Amino acid sequence: MRLMPCADSGLLVEMSDMDEVLALYSHLDEDLPDGVIDMVPAATTLLLTIDRAVTDVERLARAVSGISVGTHHRATAGEVEIPVVYDGADLSEVARLTGLAEREVIEAHTGTPWTVAFCGFAPGFGYMVGGDERLQVPRRDNPRTKVPPGSVALAGEFASVYPRESPGGWQLIGRTALQVWDIQREPPALLVPGTVVRYVETAA
Amino acid sequence: MSAFRALEIIATGPQTTIQDLGREGLAGLGVGRSGAADLGSLRLANRLLGNSEGAAALEVTLGGLEVRSRGGAWVVVTGATTPATGDGRPVGHAAVTWLPDGSSLRLGAATAGLRSYVAVRGGIDVPPVLHSRSTDTMAGLGPPVPRPGDLLPVGPTPSAPPLVDVAPVAAPTTGEVLLRVVPGPRDDWFVPDVISTLVGGTYEVTAESNRVGMRLSGPVLERAREGELQSEGMVPGALQVPPTGQPTLFLADHPVTGGYPVVAVVVSDDIGLAAQAQPGQHIRFVLGGSRA
Repeated sequence: MRLMPCADSGLLVEMSDMDEVLALYSHLDEDLPDGVIDMVPAATTLLLTIDRAVTDVERLARAVSGISVGTHHRATAGEVEIPVVYDGADLSEVARLTGLAEREVIEAHTGTPWTVAFCGFAPGFGYMVGGDERLQVPRRDNPRTKVPPGSVALAGEFASVYPRESPGGWQLIGRTALQVWDIQREPPALLVPGTVVRYVETAA
Repeated sequence: MSAFRALEIIATGPQTTIQDLGREGLAGLGVGRSGAADLGSLRLANRLLGNSEGAAALEVTLGGLEVRSRGGAWVVVTGATTPATGDGRPVGHAAVTWLPDGSSLRLGAATAGLRSYVAVRGGIDVPPVLHSRSTDTMAGLGPPVPRPGDLLPVGPTPSAPPLVDVAPVAAPTTGEVLLRVVPGPRDDWFVPDVISTLVGGTYEVTAESNRVGMRLSGPVLERAREGELQSEGMVPGALQVPPTGQPTLFLADHPVTGGYPVVAVVVSDDIGLAAQAQPGQHIRFVLGGSRA
């Protein structure tokens, strides 16, 4: 664990890998030190931002440095099933890149549960990890200016679902009617860090 | 019961949004804080009116706003200095002003600073989105951006009376803007003397500046390390440095995560000063001032 202050606004905690980040996140989620406003998990870091009226970065650093995440298992924030119609514009390209048949891509995507490691890029955009390793594909050379909401996508070691229409460079393999982002819902994001996700093939 | 009171938008200038103190606790879902770019000026305006500090107000970029009162309203203008008039008569800066029913408040072009705050006693009472009335221009979240013809409802009159008529605040500088910075979190990605480079010269605010961040132009901040940083959480005030070596200073609508190393961070109390720097103005960074 490495602690890096961000002036008087926050503390960036670097861990050795994503599992440790998730473990620390779930630990702090259950027992949040005083004055922490926001937690932003990422691939190898967790950013904690503070309310300066309540705490300061030094005090937070002392509280965090005392935490041992070694014995902590990755906690889950519940399970979500995502029904997918596998007719994405890049499905054949993903098959070509992975050397799999399109059917095998679908089976690999649905065959292993994924876990949301962190959110970013856009509200409710969850980066899911832990899926079938054969599905690692690069981003598209030419990002799309408009990716439809509900697009089910792959890039690098990650899977995700586009919450809203946005630009995007991920490989699109399918679409879901499930609303992963709804501002009327509490919380608005369905795919919060720690959520276990199972993709299920459904008919168009 | 009082009658319906509202501010009618006549003109917005280059950019007017509704802002409060922003959203907290949602960054982990990819939702940034947003809120007033210059929080101090918003808080001041609300205190002068007897509002809670977090009441929503109009954030006006470079002036040009015109609003008409429906039902009468107490208003205050803080932040950037603009020649403000109420029905043609001058309105003082940071001065509590009564705008009778049918009267209009007009802000000319900003002469010092970039963002003015037009607050109304009772606050702007549009429906909140995720517990805030802030418009996040990057995420596309929050109340719609006001347009001419819009009627913005004014909230219930607070019980606290306005206590002072005017706050003697200094106008934003039109010269060099001094900002305190603390090195890190990723200063180790740069050459050893990077912080002396950062504080040794001045940086010009470029035209590529908005609520997300200000792109700066000045001495190159040279990387010592190759390769890509894994995206990580960002704070407002972060000086993120892409491979060009020219930093971007993140403001209220900054992305929740970023993939370029942050060489230093502007202390919280100075972010509002940064948000008042106009394109073309120069920034000088100085070390410290923070008890990190």
